[in-house]
Amino acid sequence: MTKRTTITLLLLPTLIVLALLFFGGLVMGLMQSLSFMPMIGLNDFSFDAYRQLFGDDEYLSSLGLTLWIAFSATLLSVVFAILTAISLRRTFFGKRIINFLYQFPITIPHVVIMIGTMLLFTQSGIISRFANHLGIVSDQSKFPVLVFDNWGLGIIYVYLWKQIPFIGVIVLSILQSLGNNFEELARSLGANKWQVFWHVLLPTIIPGILPASIICFSFAFGSYEVPFLLGKPYPTVISVLAMRLYQDVDLNARPQAMATAVFMAVFISILVFFYKKLLNKVSGRT
Amino acid sequence: MKIEDGKPNPIQWMIYLGILVGVIGPLIPQFIWPFAKSWFYPDLIPSAWGMRAWQYIGNPNNQVLEAVVNSVLIAVIVTVISILLGVPAGRALGMYRFKGRELVELLILAPSIIPGLAVTMGIHVMFIKLGLADTMFGVILVHLIPTIPYMTISMSGIFANYDPDFEEQAKSLGASTFKTFFLITLPAVFPGIVTGAMFSFLISWGQYLLTVLIGGGRVITLPLLLFSFASSRDNMLTSALSIIFLLPAILILVFTSKFLSGKSSGLGGFGNI
Repeated sequence: MTKRTTITLLLLPTLIVLALLFFGGLVMGLMQSLSFMPMIGLNDFSFDAYRQLFGDDEYLSSLGLTLWIAFSATLLSVVFAILTAISLRRTFFGKRIINFLYQFPITIPHVVIMIGTMLLFTQSGIISRFANHLGIVSDQSKFPVLVFDNWGLGIIYVYLWKQIPFIGVIVLSILQSLGNNFEELARSLGANKWQVFWHVLLPTIIPGILPASIICFSFAFGSYEVPFLLGKPYPTVISVLAMRLYQDVDLNARPQAMATAVFMAVFISILVFFYKKLLNKVSGRT
Repeated sequence: MKIEDGKPNPIQWMIYLGILVGVIGPLIPQFIWPFAKSWFYPDLIPSAWGMRAWQYIGNPNNQVLEAVVNSVLIAVIVTVISILLGVPAGRALGMYRFKGRELVELLILAPSIIPGLAVTMGIHVMFIKLGLADTMFGVILVHLIPTIPYMTISMSGIFANYDPDFEEQAKSLGASTFKTFFLITLPAVFPGIVTGAMFSFLISWGQYLLTVLIGGGRVITLPLLLFSFASSRDNMLTSALSIIFLLPAILILVFTSKFLSGKSSGLGGFGNI
């Protein structure tokens, strides 16, 4: 068997299944978003769905909320991941336990932490009860709305819980492979702690966690479960809006649901494209 | 002085405390609620204890058992298919440099980055046409969309560190292809397969949206029940079910924690897009 045949045979099953399911799904979604649905007698292509969506205030505010949640969750995850991973390099009492706990959220399904967030942060949740005992709030209705709120705080919290360790573990392994030499060299040349962090550690860490950050962003951007359970019905994020349109009894809403889905796919693809360009630029420089 | 030898400063102690409280804190109420009978605001512990939630779960009329069986069945079948497809593909990507490799890699990675909602909505019509909608087989098929890329990418990381010379040596000593695979290749990559398989299991185990869309509410899995209890704000039942839902994750974590902390991280495959 030639090398070429071997490679083809090894890859073919996976590529066929993914092509049928994934790319099939994307193409079918694209056709339906263009109002092409022979099953219900729509045989003409049109951009009406896109026009309606982007002319709709509710949709635009949903898009705003989605971007706010995805950006802030990703940015905070990166900041906290770097902060915690750098601190975890020290030797301290209980390091093994803290290390184990640090990786713990990676395997825990989102649903579990969503329920935990509800039980902890809602107005009748545990924190509100403690606040009541401490005399900070007199009644549960006085406790600030932290879940089902306008800013998606409960949603962002869930993403942080899952994503800080996800990125943090990668930062830890980058720091491990970097070793101490560069830092010690910089210190011996008179750099202070802050300069070492800014000029040695950060430039090494950031390129390494870029891919993971993009995965986090796209997850926060496209996830349905978390905002469905922990968000307000209005305004909501675009994935929940897409599902609502999709489940509408009026089949005319379906092209709009599909247009939202296509928009999500295109948006994330563009993001990955620019990441790739950035990566090539960075690797071309060194 | 080595960084590891330095004593943590107060800020770092606060970070450690933050990790401790931040990770465990949100999980604690879930382990109290299932044993509560009444727990009104602003009580910090339940005023009466009871086992209502567990009695409900143990009652065979209540779909919980059915949901657990379905979830396990779907996740196991999905994992087996992902191994069968992902291991060979991972080998091709990890061991060979060939023309179009970057493109193939991108095609395989795309499903793990593009939101599943976008793809599943589009394919639903086709599944209805083919009679796959509302069936367990259809649900298994869509669960493959996120698991096959995961398996392939993590196996490609494993095969990249694998030395194919041993296979050549075995063959030159007269071992058949079949024998070489079972005696040389498989033992070498087995830990990687186990880690990848466990995470594939977890990905399928945790799916809600794909199951709801394609299963149409006919294929009941544990996440579906959890969501409907959580939406009705029944804290006792939701928490009890959530603990059951958590069990495989904890088992897998204990099993893989040594892989995760090492270099052969199950997540390491996603180190590059």
